[in-house]
Order: sequence, then C-alpha cells, then structure tokens
Amino acid sequence: MTTMTDPPQGSFRLSMLLNDTRYRSYTFQFIALVVLIGALAFLMSNLFANLAAAGLNISYGFLGEPAGYDVQQTLIEYTSQSSHMRAAWVGIINTLLVAFLACLTATVLGVIAGVLRLSKNWLVSKLMSVYVEAFRNVPVLIWILVINTIVISMPAPRAYRGETPDAEMFLGLIAYTNRGIYIPAPTWGPGSGIVALVFLASVAAIFFLRRYAIKQLFDHGRDIKTFLPSLAIFFIPTLLAYFIMGRPIGVDVPALQGFNFQGGTQIGRPLIALWLALSVYTGAFIAENVRAGIQAVSKGQTEAASSLGLRPNRVMNLVVLPQALRVIIPPLISQFLNITKNSSLAIAVGYADVTATLGGITLNQTGRAIECILLLMLFYLTISLLISAVMNVYNRSVSLKER
Amino acid sequence: MSDTHAHSVAYVRETQLSQQPPPSTAAGPVKWARDNLFSSIPYTILTLAAIYCIYVILAGVLPWALNGVWNTNNIRECREVLEGTTGGCFSVLSERWNQLIFGIAYDRSEYWRPTVAFILLFVAAAPVLFNKLPKQMLVFTGLYPFLAFYLIWGGTIFAPILALVGIIVGYVVYSRLVTGSFAAGFFGGVAAAAVTWWIGGFVVSAIAPQETFLSAVPSRDMGGFMLNMILGVVCVSLSVPIGIALALGRQSDMPIIKWICVIFIEFVRGVPLITLLFVANVVLAYFLPPGTNFDLILRVIIMITMFSAAYIAEVIRGGLAALPRGQYEAADSLGLDYAQAMRLIILPQALKISIPGIVNVAVGLFKDTTLVSVISMFDLVGMIRGPILSSTDWNGVYWELWAFAILLFFVVCYGISQYSQWLERQLATDHR
Amino acid sequence: MKKSVFFGALTVAGLAAGVAAAGTLDDVKARGKLNCGVTTGLVGFAAPDANGEWNGFDVAVCRAVAAAVLGDASAVEFVPTTGKTRFTALASGEIDMLARNTTWTFSRDVDLKFTFVGVNYYDGQGFMVPKELGVSSAKDLDGATVCIQTGTTTELNLADFFRSNNINYEPVPIETNAEAQQQYLAGACDVYTTDASGLASTRATFEAPGDHVLLPEIISKEPLGPLVRHGDNEWGDVVRWTLNALITAEELGVTSANIADMSSAAGDNPEINRLLGTEGTLGEMLGLSADWAKNAIAVSGNYGEIFEKNIGESTPIGLARGLNAQWTDGGLLYSPPFR
Repeated sequence: MTTMTDPPQGSFRLSMLLNDTRYRSYTFQFIALVVLIGALAFLMSNLFANLAAAGLNISYGFLGEPAGYDVQQTLIEYTSQSSHMRAAWVGIINTLLVAFLACLTATVLGVIAGVLRLSKNWLVSKLMSVYVEAFRNVPVLIWILVINTIVISMPAPRAYRGETPDAEMFLGLIAYTNRGIYIPAPTWGPGSGIVALVFLASVAAIFFLRRYAIKQLFDHGRDIKTFLPSLAIFFIPTLLAYFIMGRPIGVDVPALQGFNFQGGTQIGRPLIALWLALSVYTGAFIAENVRAGIQAVSKGQTEAASSLGLRPNRVMNLVVLPQALRVIIPPLISQFLNITKNSSLAIAVGYADVTATLGGITLNQTGRAIECILLLMLFYLTISLLISAVMNVYNRSVSLKER
Repeated sequence: MSDTHAHSVAYVRETQLSQQPPPSTAAGPVKWARDNLFSSIPYTILTLAAIYCIYVILAGVLPWALNGVWNTNNIRECREVLEGTTGGCFSVLSERWNQLIFGIAYDRSEYWRPTVAFILLFVAAAPVLFNKLPKQMLVFTGLYPFLAFYLIWGGTIFAPILALVGIIVGYVVYSRLVTGSFAAGFFGGVAAAAVTWWIGGFVVSAIAPQETFLSAVPSRDMGGFMLNMILGVVCVSLSVPIGIALALGRQSDMPIIKWICVIFIEFVRGVPLITLLFVANVVLAYFLPPGTNFDLILRVIIMITMFSAAYIAEVIRGGLAALPRGQYEAADSLGLDYAQAMRLIILPQALKISIPGIVNVAVGLFKDTTLVSVISMFDLVGMIRGPILSSTDWNGVYWELWAFAILLFFVVCYGISQYSQWLERQLATDHR
Repeated sequence: MKKSVFFGALTVAGLAAGVAAAGTLDDVKARGKLNCGVTTGLVGFAAPDANGEWNGFDVAVCRAVAAAVLGDASAVEFVPTTGKTRFTALASGEIDMLARNTTWTFSRDVDLKFTFVGVNYYDGQGFMVPKELGVSSAKDLDGATVCIQTGTTTELNLADFFRSNNINYEPVPIETNAEAQQQYLAGACDVYTTDASGLASTRATFEAPGDHVLLPEIISKEPLGPLVRHGDNEWGDVVRWTLNALITAEELGVTSANIADMSSAAGDNPEINRLLGTEGTLGEMLGLSADWAKNAIAVSGNYGEIFEKNIGESTPIGLARGLNAQWTDGGLLYSPPFR
C-alpha cells in the first residue's frame, strides 16, 4: 500500500507504529516474525523435551547400517547387506521410474481421450466422457487397489504348466502372469557394441538427411523424398554389421522354470499395477486439459487457416496444436507432479518406491520416524521444486509476447 | 410461361409436386447414425471398436450385477446360493452396511445422529451453494457447525455453546473496534474470543453434568464413509479462510509475511499428502507439549486442512491475479484502506472467479480423505481393506466392495463437479 | 497461556486428552477407559466382528487388564494400529499398552525404549504354500515369490534365512493381511510367510484350508507379548502381573467356572488365596483392588481357556498348545509365583 500523502511532520510517536502506513507494515512483520519464531521455538523445545523424556536422539547414523531386507525390483545393485541409504536410493530410483513411465502413458492416453472426446462420433465421445468422469471422480487409492485386483486375476505362472496349460505365452515370447510380464531380453555377445554404434550412427544419419532435405526445400524449393532412403539407412547398415560381426546379439526368451519364469526381463506386478493405475487415473485429468486446450483456440483460427488453403491435418498441426499447447502444457506439468506425488501410494500394491523403503520398511525396522519422514519430504520437495522450475522456464518461453 | 411455349411442349406440369419425405438414409435415426457414427471409414472403425468395448464391459458386468445375491450371511452361503453361476455376493453390502457407512465402533442406537447431521448439511449448504435462496437461511448455516459437532460427537451441550458464545463475543468486539482500524478489530476480536473460551472452559468443566442428553462419542469411533464425509466437510470449510489468508499473504508487500506464506504453500504443495499423514500419525506427537495428546482424527484434520489450504491459496491467488489492476487502483482512489479494499472490492470478485477452482480442490480433497486408511484409520477404504476383507465371513469379496466404494465416491464427487459446472455457467454471464 | 486456552478448549470439546508423564495407572483410572493398541484385523488374535465387537487372543489380554484395573472388561478402547504406527502410538501415549503380536527383540526393548511385560504367545516365522506345489521344505523354495507382511521382523528373518541357505527369492511386501492372502490365493506368490500363528489364522479363513500346508521350518524365534512404555514401572507391573495371573490361574486350576466359588472365601491353597485376594495384600501393592486378579480371570477365563476359545484346536484356527503349554506340560509358560 503506497499512498501519496505528505509525510506528517513532527516527532515519532508510538501510535504511528499502528496507524502510520509507513511504519505499520514493519509492525506487522515484526509481530509475524516474533509469532513465527515463538511457535518454532515452542515446537522445538517440545521436541527436545519429548526426545529427552523418551531417551531418544536425532541421528542419521542408521543410514549407514545394513538394511537387512530384500527388495523385489531394483535398477541398481542391492542386496540385503546394503545400507539403508542404498535402500533409499533404490526406492528413489523406483519412484522416478514409475513416475516417468506413468507420465508417458498418461500423456498418450490423455491426448487420445481428450481428442476423441471432441470427436463428432457420438458413441466414441460419450464413451470417453464416461472414462473421464469415472476416473476423475473416484479416489486414486481405490483405483490403485482395484487395478491391482485386476492384475492379480491374470493367470498365475502355474497356469502355464502341464500338458494342456490354461494360459499360453503370447507368440511364444511374452508371458503375462499375475507376478508380472516377462518379455524377451537381448543378450549382448562380443562385438555387439559395434552393431549398436552402427545403429546409432544410422539414426544420426537419418536425422541429418531430414534436416538437409528441409533446408533444400526452404532454400531452393527442391523437394527431396526422404522416406525410402531413411528406411534404407535405418535397416541396411545395422543388419550388415549384425551379420558381419557374427550375429552377436541374441534374445533371451523367458521360460517357466521352477516356481517362476526365468530369463528375459521381468516387469513386476506391483510396477504394472501402479503404472497402469496412475496412467489411467491421470490420463482422465490430462484428457480434460487437452480438451480445454483445444477448445481454447478460437474457431476463427481454424477458419483462417482453412481459408489459407491448408489441409485439415495441417490446420491441426500448424495452427491449432501449437496454440493449444500453450494452454495444455502448464496443467500437464502439474499433472506430472501429481503422478510423482501419487506414486507414494505404492505401498498399497507392494511396489518398492521411496515411501515403501525409506518411509516404510526402514522406518519400521529402525524406528527412526522423524529422520525418515524428514528425508522423505525433502526428496519429494526437491522433485516438486525441480518440476516447478522447469514449468516456470517453459511458461516464460511460451508466454505471449505482446507489445 | 407463354402460350406458344405451352404448345411446343408435350406436357407441362401445372401444379407443384407435393413435398416428398427425405430418403430413409437421410432422415431419422439412420441419418443420425450415418452422421454421428459411420461418417467415414476411420469413424466406422472407431464406432465398431467402441461398440466392442461396451459389449465386453457389459458382458462382464451385467450377469455379475444382475445375478447378485443380497441376503446371505457369509461368503460360503453366498457361493452355495450361486451354485457356481456368475454373480456378485452383494450380501456383503447388506450385512456390513452399517460398518461401511458408520465404521465399527459407533454405537448402533446412535446412528440417527450422524444421519440427521448429514441431512441438515444439505439445508446448511444450500444458501451457500444457491444464490437465490433467502439470506436468512445463512443463520442456520452459521449455527450448523456447532449443531453438527454436537450431534456427531455428543457430550455436554455446553462445549459447542461455549464455542459459539466465544465466536459471538469475538464478533461483537470486532465490530466495535473495526471502525477504528481493521487490525485492532481483528486482534481484539480474536483476543476476546480466546478469553471467553478460557474462562468458559473452567465454567463448563465445573457445571457440565456427568449424564448428558447425547452420549459422548470419542472421535476414534468415527469410521466408514461417515469419516470420509466428516474429514472432507470439516477440512474444506476450515481451509477456505486459511487459504484466503495465505493467498493475501503471498500477494502482500511485506517481505517477511510474503516469504512465510510462499514457503508454507510451496512446502505443502511439494510433498504428497501421505507423508503429511505420516507426520500426523507418527511424528506430530513429538512436537506437542509433553503430556498432551490429541486425538488422531484431530491431528489428521490439522494436516489435511494445511494441505488443502495451500492448494486453495493458489487457486485464490489465481483469482486475485486475474482481477484487472484498475480494481485495485479504484479501491485506492476511493481512499479505502487495505482491509476495506480487500473486503469490499477485491475479494468478492476474486472469490467469485475462484469458485470453480475451489470446488475442484474440494473434490480432490474429498477423494484424498481415503488416504487415511494407510495410517490405520477405518474410513470406507480402511474398513474394506481391514476388518471386512480379513474377516472369515467375507474373505475374498473384492469386486462387490470396491464397486460399492467406487459408486459412493462417484455419486458424491460427480454431483459436486456437476454443481461446479452449473455454477460456472451461472457466473459466466458476462463473457461471450 | 495461549497453550492452556487452546488445550483447555480442546479438552472441553473432548478432542484432546492430557496425559500425565508418569502414572499411566492413575490416568487409566481417571479416564475410566483403557486404550489398548491392537492389529487392524487378524482373526483369532484381534478382529472386530460384524457388530464391531473386538474378539481374539490379544484382545482378551486387553480386557483382562481393563478388568483388573477398572473392574470392567468392556472399559477398553481398541485402537487399531499398523506395523508402522504401533510404536509411535505407544510412545506418544495415544495407547496405554500394545497387545498386537509384537515380537520381543533387543532393539525394541533397548533402543525404542519399550518394556515387554512378558510373553503371551511363543511363535516363530513359518511358511505356507499351496499343497499342489509339492514343496515339503522351505529349502526347496529356490526362485519362489514370497509374500511378506511388512512392518514386522519377518522381512529381516526372511532375508537372513534365504541368504544363509544361499537360495534366491522374490519378496513382495504387503501392507495388510487381507491383501497378502488375496495375492497368495490368486497365485501371485508361491509362499506366504509371517508368524506361524498368523499363518494358521489366515488359513482358517480360506475357503479350502486343507489345500494349503505350513512348512515344517520355523526360521525364527518370535516371542509375542504385550508391551508398555519404558520408565513407568507401576503400570508395567500391572500389565505384567495381570498376564501372569492368567497363566498362574491355569496352572492352579482356576477357571472361569470355578472362580466365583474360589474367591468367595479363602481356600486350602494359599497361592490361590493370594492370587484371588482372599489372603494377603497383593492387589494393594499394585495399587489395585484386592480382587483385581479375580476380575481379570473372570472376563474370559484363564490363559488356557482364552487360548482354546480364540485360537485353540477346537476353533477354525486350530493351533496346538505346543510351546505355549504350561511348563508342567512341557511348554514354556512359567509364571513367577504370587508371593
């Protein structure tokens, strides 16, 4: 509040602290600060009094001690002899993994559902409305538990056993069970590095070819066809290298052995359940954002683009979507943030995310509740602030630069 | 038409043809289907895919739902009745209905109390939700929190009366002092209310009779869907004023207040609710004065309120930012001070813009109340995951219970979001 | 002052309860209710029935303590706790005692500052598998998927067992017993592991309990018992001797059927007389009434009766006494004398 009155003359009086706008804000801030410090001191003194009474102390030493428990799905090396710190890292990486996967699929699902909801096909648009409303209006925890129940009702590995098994592997390669999906994994023999390098190089070559073609089109008006050459570059050198090196890359197909499928890559059931649940749940929200974004682009834009002679798909790609994205992306990013935060419900399905390792088993085993929960909050806070920072940068870069 | 012409032509129709109905393919349901379902090949494929989807879902759900069993006492009896045919054991819902709605501990003979409170909730909420209703009804809305508290928790009637008296005293002092300055009125009001409660606390504990008209129910006994409703309603109504204060604080010119609000809001929005609930459940006790202990439900209410207040603050901040600068300047030029400008000019408009956002937060919050099941509270989800599914009688009845939970939440949340959309249309009269 | 206003108002509203730092016994008496922490639902040990009435082996201990202290077995507020929340609930004073199959371990006793007042069930971690797998020993479980209920010592025991036998497994940690059995029954895990008593209790709720076997290996010692906070010895004594009274009652042949007779007048056996308060001042020493033990035993009988009623061989859970028989019958139950 800045009011443009002449400063009253005369000496300072105590009542000016409350009545004079120049000083009043200092008074308020001072009071706020004192209250805040007082409250914090009150809480802290309680904390120390309570801890002293219970004979406990705040210490992070437990992080270095062996965790003693096993974790089902780890991306980094981990055994029950690793430290609690390591277990926390396993959890962090698992959180980021499921959040990343769910962000991808939720976006795809959301965009499809959002566009289809605007479709002129009555049945499809109604079906999408039902999807969106059903998932938006029911708690995510219930959906996670329900989808977990659905995933559990897939065939058990034992259904694949016997002369006439109840279930068969998809194409003989992929086994879907209620313990997870087993997919073939590549095996890397000697020389496979060269094949991989050739493959990367050919991808880069395609990229440069496309850029060259566009440059030619823009500079000289020559339209160079790139589709067939790209296809050739994509397959031929890699295949050549593959056979020259003596077929170093093989496929490890999962096979039922003992209790479980062995070999191949396993995507565990908890991950699938959580991933699926977060995707369809958040997908419904993203669908609404996409719909709002597309509807926010005024009809005049479409008509103007059409009157310029653009074909419908070009109208969408060149005119409508770029403008819609400006509206869609900020809420989209906050949905990504929600996915990351909702992934903390992993304990409901037994997925070893950071809430389940650091805030779950470690907390239970060590009894270090304050320390564990503080670290847990710190982790989520860091992720959120990072994502917000990205969003701010993006918002600044796309904000309409008027005047 | 000239006569000559008439002769040169063999036949001339002299009357206009009567209007023909359009071809059957261009009218009625066929045209509608052609336009809306089969207008092109991709659309046709989509339509067929959608029909297939619907068929698969209905084929799975309908026999199960229609062939359901409603009156057996446990899952074994239910399976006997079904004799191997597909069908849901909905008898779990009828047998455990009370537990699903009221939890395990609430006294059966007292079920009418939360029910009455629930019905009165609509009466109390109506004048807030619908502008057209007479303003006198707002008096009941103001009394409702105390009435509902008394109905649900019971105990001595003096407790809610004392709370009410404290607030009235605070308001009287506020309206006396506010003419001088808002700050004096506000702090004076708060102080007066606090003093009233403090003194009243002694008086009430002295005069409160042992036998009360409505027996006291400890809040630990709340459970089932009732607990979700209580948490949702209480936390939303508490968090709106706190959210307004936080939003104003974040917009403030005073750096310290601004930063306190920013840090609070960003911190709360940055962590998942579940960690805050862990704090409520596992850590908060360490921060209370030695020898005091809140009830778990109260700790959870504090945490959820903090959580939703931060989100509501962001919604309201959006509303404040959306107001044209001229409104602020106009208020200044009228000579209004900050409190007056906010109360009379800025907030009414900003809140009006923010209502749909606030309703969204409220729906999200109501859904999030299910997370309390993770900290061993028996809300609807907690009842299902805990006592009901682990009992010998109903071990394995997942779909029926989850379908019920989904239905219950869907009805409430969809209702609220439909209201929000209706309200948006009501408020959107000035655009387009 | 601010604090007292706030808490005063809350106390009036019945939402906050002042807990004096020392003297849980006085608190319980003043409150007229015992706050007892139990599981969120484990049939036979602690589970609410369709009427919301809690029943089970652990619940009986809570009720006995309530009867001993307050003379009223129904003056108990059962507070459901999970593996995560149980210790803080006890440490913060939200509950007065915890009777929730909690294993007595060194670190819980010493590091977490709790006092285990005794053992009411000698247990050990076992494995349950479907019969059709044809597994006869836990050592055959190489590569199996194992469902574990988290928040217990089970994860650590399991990791140790498989590591020392050098076999692989896939752990699936699960929050609640109901979800664990859902996954186990659906075949999402081959094995379910938790305390053997818990396994028996879980199996009892199955549609076809006979299709599942408990493996012979018991891979850990799990002495389960009620516990209280460190530092409140009077209260610890009350809970400890209530439990001992139940055990001694069985040893001395005091049952719910004959307790009324026995306590009406001093009998021939001086220990029974001291136990039931017809002789001596044991109750007074504890700060309770003279007939405290009689009240505790009268609720649901002596230890043996409680065992039989809730988890014994006549119930669906069907646990044999085994280690939990009296020392006179070759078990481990051995109560110190009432003297």
